Amino acid sequence: MSFWEKVNDLDRRIIYLIIGLTVFIPLLFNVTMESKPTQPVENIYDKINSLEEDDVVLVSFDYAASSLPELQPMANAVIDHLFRNDIKVVGMALWPVGVGLGTLVMEKKAAKYDKEYGKDYVNLGYKSGGLVVIDSMGGSVKKTFPTDKDGVALKDLPIMKHVNKLDDFSLAVTLSAGDPGLRHWVMVASDKFGLPVAGGCTAVSAPQFFAYYNSGQLLGLMGGLRGAAEYENLIDVPGTASAGMSAQTVAHLMIIIFIIIGNISMFIIKRKKEKEKRK
Amino acid sequence: MIELSLTQAIGYTIGGFLTLCIFSFLYKDNPLYKFAEHLFVGTSAAYWFVTFYHNIIRPNVINQFKEGNYWPIIPVILGIFMLFRLVPSLSVLSRMGIAFSVGVMAGYQIIRHLETNILRQMGATMQGFDKISFTAGNIGNAINTILILLVVIAGLVYFFFSVEHEGAVGGVAKFGMWMLMITFGATFGYTVMARISLLIGRVLYLKEQWWLSIKYLLGI
Repeated sequence: MSFWEKVNDLDRRIIYLIIGLTVFIPLLFNVTMESKPTQPVENIYDKINSLEEDDVVLVSFDYAASSLPELQPMANAVIDHLFRNDIKVVGMALWPVGVGLGTLVMEKKAAKYDKEYGKDYVNLGYKSGGLVVIDSMGGSVKKTFPTDKDGVALKDLPIMKHVNKLDDFSLAVTLSAGDPGLRHWVMVASDKFGLPVAGGCTAVSAPQFFAYYNSGQLLGLMGGLRGAAEYENLIDVPGTASAGMSAQTVAHLMIIIFIIIGNISMFIIKRKKEKEKRK
Repeated sequence: MIELSLTQAIGYTIGGFLTLCIFSFLYKDNPLYKFAEHLFVGTSAAYWFVTFYHNIIRPNVINQFKEGNYWPIIPVILGIFMLFRLVPSLSVLSRMGIAFSVGVMAGYQIIRHLETNILRQMGATMQGFDKISFTAGNIGNAINTILILLVVIAGLVYFFFSVEHEGAVGGVAKFGMWMLMITFGATFGYTVMARISLLIGRVLYLKEQWWLSIKYLLGI
């Protein structure tokens, strides 16, 4: 068996092991890598910087634990930026698990910036219905969510005093792992009610959402771990996304090398077989 | 540094063990993987059942009934009808619930889909043609605008099967196919990034929470 035939028949477990090591080693030695911000991510950062102190931003945590490694760093970075700029945050979720994940982020960042629940931020909780919920919020936020996640009436919370409809928010940021999520926010909040919508999504779904960004229906977009790392870089608060980008880069390089080697071996073996046939 | 309680340390340790059990499948199928897989399916089903009960059934049905609002009985009946698919003699009733939900959502979404995914996207594809300029500094935008339109047309021609893909049509269709391949390549790249991100998430968990828990439990 020639070298290339051995390569072609390589046990896939060896490839798993190499990929595992390329991810594990950079993380073990805390190798960091700076991610240069791209325009779609910078747009979100610039928009938040342009907001005034009394502005209220809606953040929807539309994901579950399965996409936590990609979307939780985005949530951390965006909430950190909003609280640092003294902007009020109204959290909500179109996915049930998003309530708990959003609460984790908001409470951690509220403690960091000394923010008060009900005055500086609130978590409305989960509401089933997806598209219908967003549409209903366009008519009345308080009718859609009569209480926050703990059952406190919204009319009793100072942050909600001037928030009645979707139009009263300055921006909606949705962190989305699928449906219901970013697509529905674009369809209703952006296209129907004209609210600026920015989003973060898993890398798998990023290509389809760039079409909304290019058409101007989406203000900005963070795609996958790289998008999160870019935002962490912009606010200068390195987190798990920045830590993971070095591993991500090395793993991608390794996969590219595997693809090239795999193709070379395939062509060489194919040529060899054709030669043998001719004989 | 993360501060841990005993219950957190035990929880993280179990989580780390189950993560390794799942990863052991990469070597080959084994009882530890099977155990973790079945545990995951069972706990997920129980978790989602409780979550949906507290977030959907209790506020939208039980609490409504307590307040004297009995209208939710209609969706409850339609929902129960859907379960009749499991009873062959009554399965015809399940169509009512399915037909209602499909009909309502189709009627509700069709306008929004038309506007967001067709009209606005078509507009964006064609926009900028009135402002095309090949002066210095605008050449990049002009080429981009023309390229987008050409690629969209070529992509559509590739899926237009009423005319045989020969001659000029064949050439355009082939160009469309190459553009589709480039798109799939970019999508594949993003998919790889997503999968590696999940692995990074697990490795970070093992490195931080799990390792700290082990040290905590061993008193190191």
